[in-house]
Amino acid sequence: MHELSIAMSIVELAEEEAVRRGAKINAVHLKLGALAGVVKSALQSSYEMACENTALQGSQLIVEEVPVVVYCPGCRADRPLSSIQFFSCAECGAPASQIVQGKELEVVALEIEE
Amino acid sequence: MNSEPRLVEVRKNVLKQNDVVARALRERFREAGVFVASLVSSPGSGKTAFLEKVLTELRKEFRVAALVGDLATDNDAARLARSQAPVKQITTGTLCHLEATMVQSALEGWNLAELDFLFIENVGNLVCPSSYDLGEAMRVVLLSVTEGEDKPLKYPTIFNSADVAIVTKTDLAHAVEFDWAAASANIQAVRPGMEVFRLSTKSGEGIDDFLKHLATRLAEARSISVA
Repeated sequence: MHELSIAMSIVELAEEEAVRRGAKINAVHLKLGALAGVVKSALQSSYEMACENTALQGSQLIVEEVPVVVYCPGCRADRPLSSIQFFSCAECGAPASQIVQGKELEVVALEIEE
Repeated sequence: MNSEPRLVEVRKNVLKQNDVVARALRERFREAGVFVASLVSSPGSGKTAFLEKVLTELRKEFRVAALVGDLATDNDAARLARSQAPVKQITTGTLCHLEATMVQSALEGWNLAELDFLFIENVGNLVCPSSYDLGEAMRVVLLSVTEGEDKPLKYPTIFNSADVAIVTKTDLAHAVEFDWAAASANIQAVRPGMEVFRLSTKSGEGIDDFLKHLATRLAEARSISVA
């Protein structure tokens, strides 16, 4: 369970932005890849805890889940993955290990009030 | 003031701090010519026994050292010290994984140029360590035959993040009716093309193959580094 330390990093990062912009943050938008190794529900509840007694208290964490996309050598194109337990192209079934997308753990936007 | 709420774009990697330190470590390891392998697995898969064996054998030919992470106790460091290699325990307290800064502080005062191999044994955990780069050149995931063939499917993220898989305790495979075909298929499903070693620390089976692999990887890394 490392979601709390990740939530604390998110809060820290957002607080820095709040100070820099002299703004109040209502929401943090996060991209979360399916291979990031972070559980969304655990992160959501950790986020609330991490926000307590900070400038982010009462703010929302809006998580956009990012599916895994792999490069398929068969199709010679970026394709969705069959499943996280089966690294093969969802279109043609060829084994595919080159990850194009799905490891994201990134704050992408902030909803601010100046 | 008091304008409507608005959305501003930022792009900030949440684990940037760890990644920055990990990149610096990787560069330091490369410059020093030391090959760094990290070990991840569930608790009880045989990481420490395996590492003790590997350190003992490698020491005959190479300069080796290890860092070992646990929540508490320095039992593992004491066990590994029997190999006569320099070993340092990292106790994480309540943290379920190692982070790059812990590796960085543990290495303070070490002259990396005096090493050929450095092993980093992560905390026994198949979940959290997958997100943290430690600057290693190779991540090894261990799976013991007693854990069952479907571990890779249950923890695909960490298996996918590894470079090499090792199936340990093969001396018990028969007793637990370990299904090799299913295990291989599951590993290849979550990480197509991953090299898999089978070994037993107890009987010694398969150890040589892995030691050869390490020597090859070290030679490759150094030739790339020179070129």
